Amino acid sequence: MTAVLPQRPTGGRLIDQFEYGLDAPICLTWELTYACNLACAHCLSSSGRRDPRELSTAEAEAVIDELQRMQVFYVNVGGGEPTVRPDFWHLLDYAIGHDVGVKFSTNGVKLDKQRAAQLARTDYVDVQISLDGATAEVNDRVRGTGSYATAIRALENLAEAGMKDFKVSVVVTRENAGQLDEFKALTDSFGAQLRITRLRPSGRGADVWDELHPTMAQQKELYHWLLANGDGVLTGDSFFHLSAFGEALPGLNLCGAGRVVCLIDPVGDVYACPFAIHENFLAGNVRSPGGFQRVWQTSDLFTELRSPQTGGACTKCAHFDACRGGCMAAKFFTGLPLDGPDPECVQGYGENALAARDLDLVTPKSHIDHSHKGPVRGQPTLLGMPSIPAKICDESPLAGLDLR
Amino acid sequence: MTGPGTGPVTIPADEVPFDPTVGWRKSPSVALRPEPFGALVYHFGNRKLSFLKSKPLVAVVKALEAHPDVASTLRACDVPEAQHPAYVTALATLSRSQMIERRTP
Ligand code: SF4
Ligand code: SF4
Repeated sequence: MTAVLPQRPTGGRLIDQFEYGLDAPICLTWELTYACNLACAHCLSSSGRRDPRELSTAEAEAVIDELQRMQVFYVNVGGGEPTVRPDFWHLLDYAIGHDVGVKFSTNGVKLDKQRAAQLARTDYVDVQISLDGATAEVNDRVRGTGSYATAIRALENLAEAGMKDFKVSVVVTRENAGQLDEFKALTDSFGAQLRITRLRPSGRGADVWDELHPTMAQQKELYHWLLANGDGVLTGDSFFHLSAFGEALPGLNLCGAGRVVCLIDPVGDVYACPFAIHENFLAGNVRSPGGFQRVWQTSDLFTELRSPQTGGACTKCAHFDACRGGCMAAKFFTGLPLDGPDPECVQGYGENALAARDLDLVTPKSHIDHSHKGPVRGQPTLLGMPSIPAKICDESPLAGLDLR
Repeated sequence: MTGPGTGPVTIPADEVPFDPTVGWRKSPSVALRPEPFGALVYHFGNRKLSFLKSKPLVAVVKALEAHPDVASTLRACDVPEAQHPAYVTALATLSRSQMIERRTP
């Protein structure tokens, strides 16, 4: 990086301001535990087993106090499966009591009728149920046998309890990309909202990305589907690389990593993005002096990320303003240069770049892996996977944000 | 982009037009978080997030409460006369998203 960072402009578009970062994140994901009852093949955080160093209840409360001071008005809570933390419901109430709203993602395992009723009574909480197939057959292949039934039961309980605005959260894959209308119908039948996000090669997602990421033809269909149905569907702005097909999709077309997005992981480590759990994107830890605020505002990594991209192949592309070169994490974990095209670049440059990779290239692997070691009940059959754990795959970079 | 704008908003047909001749205030459910370019605005009731893209606009929103109408607020905040219409438009947008509300006398 250059020694002299460019200066933030005065006025102009919000997206240009966001490139220089904000005083506090807009889209903070907080994964409460690496423990999970499932073993999804594409888990972005390689979750499964709890980490003994996970934040205690008191430490988690201290993080919430700090978020309140920084005026972070809501967090996306995930994991692992956050609801398997025994103090999950306490932390939920604690956050809400401290002006920090909670959106949490779950596979639904703990959402019985009683919990659903409790959630329906609570203001200021949003629930997302992860589902990666509109049918049990498609879903359970990646998320594990029985996981479809668990999710549907949770949706039924929430609907019956009168919960408003809960979400069904889908990671679009090669196997479910043809089911978008079915997902929409299923979601509507529960009075819920559909949220679809992009599969990234993060965590165990790296192991299955080649097989599961949508084909170019599917990406094109998805783009047209989003243009036609975009208003009623949330995307966490995760498909902005598709804007290079032509018309810009609504939302923030920018990689927010370290600028407006970050992750606090279960042990308090702060990463630039939930899809970037790798030491290269580790900015600090909330347990260190100065806490989260110091990491967010002054860490070297985040300072570096807060400048507009000025070089690289993408800046010469006619679609750069719409696509901004796509997703940093997707490039990194497929071994592509960060200032070049996204591996799913819709102009085809990503495919070329992937093909041109050095044959000996070893794609970067995260050293953080909490995958189950032994067999897991109902483990996914995709690839005849051995035993691996699960996770709701998606915190939203900037979900639902009105940026116009 | 010109003016202090907060972005386009669709106006429902039955909407009461913004009246700058009465007293306004920042909604009590709204928090302003200072940012280098202005402020982030968060409404705890409808959970909407938006942005004030200039510091003078932030000052105006905060000052509304202390003045009888919009024009006097703008004068008190030293907003040049020529920019008043742009500010009124921005405030109208904020009122539609319930970020500011009419003061009840
Ligand atoms: S574009 Fe990719 S790396 Fe950037 S914030 Fe989104 S998911 Fe993270
Ligand atoms: S070359 Fe880069 S900027 Fe152009 S469409 Fe591909 S990823 Fe986007």
